[in-house]
Parts: sequence; C-alpha cells; structure tokens
Amino acid sequence: MADTNRAVEKLQGKFEASILEVKQDRGDWIVTVKKEDIVAVLSFLKQECKFDMLTDVTAIDYLGKAADRFMMVYQLTSVPFKDRLRIKAPVAEGNCLIGSATQVYGSAGWLEREVFDLFGIRFDKHPDLRRILMTPDWEGYPLRKDYPLQGPGREPYKGRLS
Amino acid sequence: MANNEIMTINMGPQHPSTHGVLRLVIELDGENILKIDPEIGFLHRGVEKLSEHRTYHQTLPLTDRLDYLAPMSNNLGYILAVEKLLGIDVPERAQAIRIIMTELTRLQSHLVWLACHALDIGAMTVFIYAFRERETIMETYELISGARMTSNFFRAGGLSQDVPAEFEKKVRDFIAEMPGFLDTYEGLLTGNPIWRKRTIGNGVISAEDATDIGITGPALRGSGVDFDLRRDIPYAGYENYTFEVPVGTECDTFDRYKCRLIEMRESCKIVTQAMERLKPGPVLADSPQVCYPAKDSVYNSIEGLIHHFKIASEGYPVPEGEVYMGIEAPKGELGYYLVSDGSSKPYRMRVRPPSFVNLQAIEKMAKGAMLADLVAIIGTLDIVLGEIDR
Repeated sequence: MADTNRAVEKLQGKFEASILEVKQDRGDWIVTVKKEDIVAVLSFLKQECKFDMLTDVTAIDYLGKAADRFMMVYQLTSVPFKDRLRIKAPVAEGNCLIGSATQVYGSAGWLEREVFDLFGIRFDKHPDLRRILMTPDWEGYPLRKDYPLQGPGREPYKGRLS
Repeated sequence: MANNEIMTINMGPQHPSTHGVLRLVIELDGENILKIDPEIGFLHRGVEKLSEHRTYHQTLPLTDRLDYLAPMSNNLGYILAVEKLLGIDVPERAQAIRIIMTELTRLQSHLVWLACHALDIGAMTVFIYAFRERETIMETYELISGARMTSNFFRAGGLSQDVPAEFEKKVRDFIAEMPGFLDTYEGLLTGNPIWRKRTIGNGVISAEDATDIGITGPALRGSGVDFDLRRDIPYAGYENYTFEVPVGTECDTFDRYKCRLIEMRESCKIVTQAMERLKPGPVLADSPQVCYPAKDSVYNSIEGLIHHFKIASEGYPVPEGEVYMGIEAPKGELGYYLVSDGSSKPYRMRVRPPSFVNLQAIEKMAKGAMLADLVAIIGTLDIVLGEIDR
C-alpha cells in the first residue's frame, strides 16, 4: 500500500489552510476539507489531477456524534490514472448550505438533488434543486437519523418480531 | 388549431418502453423534443434507511432487490464492501464461483436489455430468443440458490453453500452454446436495415459529456472511453483473468449495442477461464466470528447451534471505518459506500446505482431527437428502476 498519493500531495500544497484531515482507510484515501472551499478543491482536482469523473455524492448524518452534524462525501474517479479519491466536507446543521459541484461536474445535478431530498442539505448555485425520489410535497428528510424508520406519526420500529 | 404551439406530453409511468415506472414529461415542437424532465421515485423503498436498522447479514437480501435483473452483481458489490471493512479473504473456489455467477448475471442482464431494446424498436423475434437463453441462467440460479431472481447467495467470507454436482455441466453446456446464440441475434439485428436506421446516429453523446455526466459501463465505452473497472480497478480476483474491453467510436446507440454484444462474448470467455479454476475446496473463509457454521454442525452439536444462533440474532461487529467499493455491474459502476461505527449494523449504507447516474444523460441525449427515437434512447441506456429509486 502506497504511503503517498499523487493528488493528496498536490492538494496539500495548494489548499493547506482548508484541509482538516488526511487519512487512509483500508487503502482508500480520504481528504476532509472546509466546506467553503469545496468547489475550488473539486475544480482543482478535475483540472490539475485529472479526476474527470464525480462518481458519487452523498452525505452522512452524525447526529449527536460530531460537532458538525452532516458530512458531505464526494467519490472521485480518474479515468486516465485509474484511481480514486474521496473528499469530505463537514456541514453544520445551523447553516445547511454548501457550494454546488454542478459548477464542476455535470453528474452532481441529480446526486445533489438526492442529498437535498433525503438529508435537507441545500446547494448554493444548483440549477434545479428539487426533490427527486420523494414527492414534491413531502415533509421531512428521510435519511436523517432523527427521522423515524416507519415515517412520522407512526409507532416506532421495534425490530423484527418473528 | 393554433400553429407553432409547444405541446407538453406525459410518458409513463405505466408506459411499456420505460422499463418499469419512469415518468417523462416531454415538451414537443411537432415531433421534436425540446425538453425532457424525467420523474423518478415511484419504486422508492428506502433501502438505505432500512439497512441502518438491520445487521450486515440482514441487509444482504435487500441488495438483490435493487437491480433485480442482475441480483448477483448487487450481492457481490455489497459483500465485497463488507469484506473490505472486515478485512477477510475468500477461498479460491468461492472466488471462482462468484466470478462465474456474476458473469452469467452480466449475460442475463444484457439478454434482457437486448430483448427489450429490440422489442421497443420493433424486432420481436429477438425478444423470444433472448428470453429463452435467460431461462437457462435463471435455472442455474435456482440450482445453486433456490431462487430464480433474488438469489441472496454470497456471504461475507464466501458463499452460503457449495454448488451442486450438476452445476459444472450446466454452465459448461450453456457457455458452449452461447456464442452461437449471439450469432443468431447479430444475424437478426446487425445487418438489418430497419435496426441500423433506428440506431445509427441515435442518442449521440461525446466522450467528454459522458465522463462529465458520470456515465459508466457499456454506455461509457460506447462513447469511446476505454474504462472497465474489472480491468482498471480490479476486485474479486478479476486481475487473474484475460478479456478484451470493447470500445465504440461513433458514440451512438448502434455502437453501444455492439459493445454490449462483444461484452457478452467476453463474459463467456471469463466463465470458461473461471471453470478451469474451479478446484474442490472450501467455499467459506475460516472466520467463525463472521461466517455461519456448517448446517451439519448446527443440527448435530450444541456448540454449532449456539454459534448459528449468535450470528443470526446479534450479527457480527464490524470494525470502525468507511469503505467505498465500486464494481463493474452489467449496467455500469455499482458502488457501495459503507460507514461502520463498530456495531453490527451499518451506520450508513449508500448505494451508488449505475442507472441513476446514467439516466441523467437522457436530457442531453434526447434533446432535439424525434419522439419515436426516445424509446431507443431509453433502451440503450439500459436502466432498471429498482436501483434508480432504491
């Protein structure tokens, strides 16, 4: 397993002030950055490090486990270099807004709509931020940890009875 | 009647050529598509939410219900992610059977794609033939797992059980016949003037646009991007197999059709190579914390029964961490992103479905096309709504 990563070094040189954490977990490289710089970091990685595909955008809800409730997760893939990189950015519940990656990658359009739909994180400068899986009049954000599994207003899930 | 009016029409969710429950709101100028707005979510079952309340083992059967045309690929992606978290290795025999089954799954998924795609465009014969071959694969599924579609056959550490003795002959016979069947399909379609007119120059998307939108799988390779996860970021032992990756040049529906057909021939080759690696041996890793005991020991010893009961009721704790595992599913890159907090249930499971991202391209591909060509574009993207809506 390599101790260094071609993109992480470049990223550390360019965005030293905004990198919060660099780690390697089971071979995957993970860089956590401040959410203010997310668009700049992604476009740097696309232009300078040839991460030409944004494979996935998702979020994690760390309710009661971390200072900032949400963590945005971006999976990048480089077709020419055949490697991957994961970028993460914490988002606080009070100010649930982050720059939209649609300015850099076309694939972010629907992926960010899904994060908005299920987590309630808003994306600045997203061209079409609507719900995508749930109906437009749905209330609440289903993938948040405080959203009951059975839906609001029903008995809480008690595990399988059989 | 007023002239020059733009008409908005609705297609789906019950339209047969939307391959499930996809709804499209289309703005038309005569026959030409000006704008297209796909509406999805009719099949949303909340698989990601459900998984947070189930153990890793109980989450497995949810995964084959995502892309129900390629259940084993979905099982494999999930199981590989769990194994990556746990850090356990899989015995060779189990690996070979996994590769055989996922490649048969690729054939099965592509057969359904070919059948429906051709039917949508008007070639009914191919549909009947392709479904005949698919039946053999479903029988193989039934033979080894007991189920024709929701196989639930792989386990963290290997397989749920070894394959029966008839398995080898069944697969060998099928793989020997399959190239001949593929010739039949090609004979019916490739040179067919109607097929060529409907597919050549239809749904063109450039390599840059396809990469930007995040299209993966045969749809990306049809646009000339040489990228296949099995070869480029190998998993599950694919680095030990040799196969060609077909790439298109014209970026249209016809090239994507050709790529998929060559891919099916390559899948047959991979299965043949895997059959040679199929040596007797264990099919489950020797890690009792994770793997269920053999049925014999469950029924005949108290230790085995307790062991079984413990895993079934509590599950197994998975070390803290996060992994992303992307595999080359028949429709493109299927990714599982798992976050573990050290308990026996996933803290977060994210499924990155290939069809969801690929379908995004429809807005670009269908713009300016004729309404009748839209059916071919939906077909060539090879979507399945089960995994789009999750």
